[in-house]
Amino acid sequence: MLWKKQIPLAITFIMGVILGIQYFVPHRISDNLFNTYVDWGIVIGIFGGILAFISFYRVHYMRIKKKAPAWPYSVVAIGVSLVMILFGFIQGKETGTVFSNMYFYVLVSIEGTMFSLLAFYISSAAYRAFRARSVQATALLIAAVIVMLGRIPLGEPLSVWKLIWPAAPSFADIANWILNVPNMAAKRAMLLGIGLGMMMLSLKIILGIERSYMGSGD
Amino acid sequence: MKIDRRVIYLIIALAMILPFFFPMGLPIPATKEVKSVYNYIEGLTSNDVVIISADFDPSVSPELLPMFDAMFRHCLRKGVKVLVTSQMVQGPGLVEPIIHEAAKEYRKTNGVDYAFLGWQYGYSLVVINMMENLKQTYPTDYYGTRTDELPILRRVNNYEDYDLITSITGSSTYMMWLMYAHEPYNVPVACGVTAVSAADVYPYIQSGQFIGMLGGLKGAAEYETLIGEKRMATMGMEAQNWAHIAIILFIIIGNIGYIAIGRKKRGA
Repeated sequence: MLWKKQIPLAITFIMGVILGIQYFVPHRISDNLFNTYVDWGIVIGIFGGILAFISFYRVHYMRIKKKAPAWPYSVVAIGVSLVMILFGFIQGKETGTVFSNMYFYVLVSIEGTMFSLLAFYISSAAYRAFRARSVQATALLIAAVIVMLGRIPLGEPLSVWKLIWPAAPSFADIANWILNVPNMAAKRAMLLGIGLGMMMLSLKIILGIERSYMGSGD
Repeated sequence: MKIDRRVIYLIIALAMILPFFFPMGLPIPATKEVKSVYNYIEGLTSNDVVIISADFDPSVSPELLPMFDAMFRHCLRKGVKVLVTSQMVQGPGLVEPIIHEAAKEYRKTNGVDYAFLGWQYGYSLVVINMMENLKQTYPTDYYGTRTDELPILRRVNNYEDYDLITSITGSSTYMMWLMYAHEPYNVPVACGVTAVSAADVYPYIQSGQFIGMLGGLKGAAEYETLIGEKRMATMGMEAQNWAHIAIILFIIIGNIGYIAIGRKKRGA
């Protein structure tokens, strides 16, 4: 209990207070302390990476051992990762190596494809869900359409009123105004709230009131 | 009014594929946020140092890789010293071919005209360390050469030597550069973000914390227009044109159906 609760809380409190005070102390000792903390932070983080590496193989090994649902994919995960590591060590990672080719022609393609699916989901959602049900929803819809038109080159030729009134703003100009004025104002208000919330959360963590970072049960 | 989802997917797919074969070639005027970044780099000299941090992974690379390509080429053309880093482990692998190709085209030498420092574990701690001591943070470059042996880094040591830092990211990594490079050390910072994240950055541009921003594929296309090299982003804008139009048409059709059904129900 001491190791799992009291000691982590004590470390958090001591380090939080020291580094909080350190920021405002412009002395060489304070700078050296901070530089030491940064170096240690990087080293500890690297050990965390090793932990993640071991955890990845352990989780998939257990899935294979227990024949959990979709366990063949765990075989693929372990197999492919080991192959990539092997080629990375043998040939290196520069352009033209097997490692680089596997990265570019498999991993990049897969990740890009997964993200590209969003384009189809968004268009389907736009058709089914973007409804002018209320005044606010209508305003949001109009703003969204203007910004979408303002962010493409076709927005300029589609601003047909400019044929009659050349000095009038185009879709691009209106979209820029929406982003620079009402959007900016709302975002700033949100950022102020978020900033205050982060300060409060940080204080709660340092003082041991907020303990969710220690895992479940606290 | 119900349209089968597969019909919607087919129309979107056609809207994105056909423009590659039938491009419209419409002009892409630059916005002031993109022009700010361009003008800043235009004002730099061969003694100045720009750090471009490729803080993105493959999922957002279609939007951000063209940005990196355009900015890196601009810096090479200006003769500005470029240092390429990444705070994401997958970033260096994505940009390495781009660096290779651009350096070959502009006849620039690694270690002399630019340096590819790669990725170091540590995230914000790496940024803080870089501001104090670059060579300690990156003892070797991406290819394993010691950084204290690179001619380009002979006079580059810490934040006093950085003239611009640009973070190209699909997440909120730009905040890290803002908090740990700009605010304490006053290093000028710009960012390149996805279109989705662009709206979040405007408060920082308005306050002067970011000198400018490249937002989404359009931002990259605007930058390509400014540097006079129409490449990936300009090509991608052809597809984005028609994809946006298709989505807007779906919204209009959906709302026409919604209003018509509403009127029918009220009439009944």
